[in-house]
Amino acid sequence: MDYCPHTDNDIKQMQSAIGISHIEELFADIPEKFRIKQIPDVPPALSEQETLSVMKDIADRNQLPKLTLTGAGAYHHFIPAVVGHLVNRSEFYTAYTPYQAEISQGVLQAIYEYQTMVARLTGTEIANASMYDGASAMAEAAVLCAKMSNRNKIIVGCSVHPEYRRVLRTYCWANGYEVVDAPYAPSGQVDGDALLKKLDDQVAAVIVQSPNFFGVIENIAPVADAVHEKGAMLVAAFTDGTSLGILKPAGASGADFVVGEGQSFGNPLNYGGPYLGVFAAKEKFMRRIPGRLVGATVDKNGKRGFVLTLQTREQHIRREKATSNICSNEALCALAAGVYLSALGKNLRKLAELNVYKTQYLKNGLLGLSGWEDVFPSPVYNEFVLRCPDAKKVNEKLKNEGIIGGYELQKDYPELENTLLFCATEMISKEDIDKVISILK
Amino acid sequence: MELIFEISKPGRVAADVPASDVPPVNIENTIGSKYLRDELDLPEVAEIDLVRHYTNLSRRNFGVDLGFYPLGSCTMKYNPKINENVAALFGFTGLHPYADEKFAQGNLQLIYEMQKYLCAIFGMAEFTLQPAAGAHGELTGVMMIKKYFEKKGQNRRIILIPDAAHGTNPASGALCGFDTVELRSNSEGGVDIEHLESLMTEDVAALMLTNPNTLGLFERNIEKVAAIIHGKGGLLYGDGANANAFMGKTRPGDLGFDVIQLNLHKTFSTPHGGGGPGSGPVGVSQTLVDFLPVPRIIKKDSGCDWSENHLTNRDGETSYLPLPHIILKDSTYAWSSDFPHTIGRVRAFYGNFNVVVKAYTYIRSLGAEGLKHATEMAVLNANYIKERLKSYFDLPYDRVCMHECVFSGNRQVAESGVHTSDIAKRLIDYGYHPPTIYFPLIVPEAMMIEPTETESKETLDTFCDAMIAIAKEAKENPDAVHNAPVTTPVSRLDEVLAARKPDVCWKKS
Amino acid sequence: MSKQNPEDRLYSREHEWVINNGDGTVIVGITDYAQEMLTDIVFVDLPEIGRKVVKKATVAVIESVKSVSDVFAPLSGEVIEVNAILENTPELINQDAFGEGWLVKMRLSDENELSMLLTAADYEEMLKEENN
Repeated sequence: MDYCPHTDNDIKQMQSAIGISHIEELFADIPEKFRIKQIPDVPPALSEQETLSVMKDIADRNQLPKLTLTGAGAYHHFIPAVVGHLVNRSEFYTAYTPYQAEISQGVLQAIYEYQTMVARLTGTEIANASMYDGASAMAEAAVLCAKMSNRNKIIVGCSVHPEYRRVLRTYCWANGYEVVDAPYAPSGQVDGDALLKKLDDQVAAVIVQSPNFFGVIENIAPVADAVHEKGAMLVAAFTDGTSLGILKPAGASGADFVVGEGQSFGNPLNYGGPYLGVFAAKEKFMRRIPGRLVGATVDKNGKRGFVLTLQTREQHIRREKATSNICSNEALCALAAGVYLSALGKNLRKLAELNVYKTQYLKNGLLGLSGWEDVFPSPVYNEFVLRCPDAKKVNEKLKNEGIIGGYELQKDYPELENTLLFCATEMISKEDIDKVISILK
Repeated sequence: MELIFEISKPGRVAADVPASDVPPVNIENTIGSKYLRDELDLPEVAEIDLVRHYTNLSRRNFGVDLGFYPLGSCTMKYNPKINENVAALFGFTGLHPYADEKFAQGNLQLIYEMQKYLCAIFGMAEFTLQPAAGAHGELTGVMMIKKYFEKKGQNRRIILIPDAAHGTNPASGALCGFDTVELRSNSEGGVDIEHLESLMTEDVAALMLTNPNTLGLFERNIEKVAAIIHGKGGLLYGDGANANAFMGKTRPGDLGFDVIQLNLHKTFSTPHGGGGPGSGPVGVSQTLVDFLPVPRIIKKDSGCDWSENHLTNRDGETSYLPLPHIILKDSTYAWSSDFPHTIGRVRAFYGNFNVVVKAYTYIRSLGAEGLKHATEMAVLNANYIKERLKSYFDLPYDRVCMHECVFSGNRQVAESGVHTSDIAKRLIDYGYHPPTIYFPLIVPEAMMIEPTETESKETLDTFCDAMIAIAKEAKENPDAVHNAPVTTPVSRLDEVLAARKPDVCWKKS
Repeated sequence: MSKQNPEDRLYSREHEWVINNGDGTVIVGITDYAQEMLTDIVFVDLPEIGRKVVKKATVAVIESVKSVSDVFAPLSGEVIEVNAILENTPELINQDAFGEGWLVKMRLSDENELSMLLTAADYEEMLKEENN
């Protein structure tokens, strides 16, 4: 099935209008020796029915777990039916970037509303229309800080997601900036004293994450003060967006930029993407931040409308002087987030509380097992780290029961031998947790 | 239309939360009051309000499903519905990215095969699916170029970029620390070979070339261009934004490109979603394989046949391959990060996987023959429009075009003061999405029309009729064109006000 | 048609005007012709006071809806004052490029550079040539 509506007669008529007798003449600019007759190694066409069956076979080769106890940057949350129904309106999903505002008011207004919700949730003044994912949003914030301040060093807490730090390193290496690690304290929070020692006048930005990769809630306000005292900026990331339902947002504690992964807001796990890069900032950075921004204005009759605005920041105008090359973002994921957050409203707090209850129940259950102990004695949201006698064995046991166990931290933190990072969301029932405990007994 | 905040009413809610089946804990004691937020200012609406709000918003939005969308360089082809159904299968949406590979064999197989199909279609040695969009792929590609020269111990500072290039090209170059130097186009719209020869030194890392270029013209001298670049040890970067013009007809790898980024949301029919998510796979020749982002996917075939796969790159060096213990896992496909020369990661996890599922479905539906046919029909459609409109609008480069054609509104400006932006707005009244305008920058008053292969002759004819009618209106009744659009929920918006007094977040007044 | 270029000041080839205060300081702005070319100005990025610039280096950035333009220092020196009112009302440049829409005051580091600037008549001659 190739979706081309051309009949043989159409093709003939069009060829004659163009003045050619064979399609191949249209490709005359391609040197003869480089032309191919057929793509090698791509199988022949399938009917729709056959396609579906082939694709179902592949999907079935995945084994869907009965339970997912890993978060670590991707979170299994319930998605109300209304989200899928609205996001799947093809007026939204078959549109391009809203360059022609008059026929794009739907997506423009939806993004304006999303920007407003994100700014309120993160305790900042402004937010953009989205970035690729939490990791690239964080890296772009760091690069922006370096470019704005003409400083070349970025300090990042080791308690920030290891993959986010790896992305940061890649972006900073390309731009010629140095990345300095700040260790974590025994509490699991970033080590304030060690951080302070590394803060010099070449530091453009300090990056922390809260809740951090260990699930631990960071104490943002004193970090922000110390960072600002040295003329640097604070970039605060977050892990699970639903934590913002109860936690004080970093923007309210002085962070200059708040970035993170918005997947939790109405987007499925999707084996890692597409996700939603949340990017929010203080108002004074509005004309410098990367990505699209939707602004309210009026039409010539004074009627409210929305447009892509402050486009001079972007690559299509600023070209080599742009602070980012981002073009497409994750608009449809942002739309899902807007619908999700509007659907929950004040219930986001209730949902976040439920996550805390489940997490505490799981944690207490596991701590009741012989040889298990808590690693970081600090408040957490819906993730926590425990040490156990044999982490690999634990995950193996769970895997055999069709359960995705905890994240093995030793992969990224050699010193955290036999520790597991667990996550419990509203998707896990008391019965599930009791079963996990009994499997591990 | 009211904002969701304006219809909000305290006490309403559209999504409920289940009662806790585990004992509640005291949140203040468990988390500590200093970490808790005070207000939570989100909209409060009933489900019916929510559904009507967004449904009404959708009615104020134009998509491919509503009508012709000839937005040049964006390849707004029809998005087959089967792709959406397949991508929504729980088997594809339900897995956590850190699920043990044992759980994810279907996903891994799909990713692996997708990479192989892209290699076959584009003639490259290897692909990564990690970048989230075309511009992200570009950045990834330029990073690999930087790493390549870093490894060779060469400090090349310059990237050449044609004057007709997308803005992402110079931005990507600059974000990798390169100086970008502009390469002129010749009178035929191709690379000015003499200028290229004069610029090409051993200080040049790469030329970023879009082929066909943004004028919709294929670079006839591509072999020469590649030879000039490679002759001085440089690399040839291909911006694959226009891949819809050559799939099944020629392969960038055969033409001498060392790296190419694609946009699955253009060429491979995945929906654009109002500005994303996209997906920007990057293909490389053998020269750059070692620098691909990690993790990469490994297929465990029979025993160790990988060891015969030692390929050599342009410098005659043997490529690095992973140690055998990485391959010999107890699953058929696995992730590996054991590549010492990699640029690292450009995002978390593995890319926009669910977008890849749609593109894979598309490739399987069309098959090798269908992909080639799609290209042929795309190019036929563009040339048909070019022929039908060229006596009404200036055509700065009058030669066979590929998948898109670029007109200039110069004649209308001179005759009646009607600008390309006016013509675009008037097209809206006729029921069409306007073409890309004012790009490429080297064509004044540019109108870049890309019909794609999924549009019928009738659609092209009625669109051309509308363009011709507007050309006539411009002469006889320019005000009708200046005042357009008149059929939309809002008329032309004040962009100057929006930029002078930015209002990007709503505040209660 | 752009406004007459006043004769009480000097001009650069990059479309800036300079009023010589005679005390080693100058006032700098862009010409009316330049503001017309730039169309509706939406934002001006002004330098911080005390910044030292060399001739032809970027001293300010002017943005319209669809363009970004550097303003090059017509002379070398130190920025001693900026027209801060432009931060909220950049349209002053469109309305009164030669007056209220001035950009910066500078203390010159080399007064000899003044002799390299154009008179109003020279500048108009240059515009004529450019437009041919």
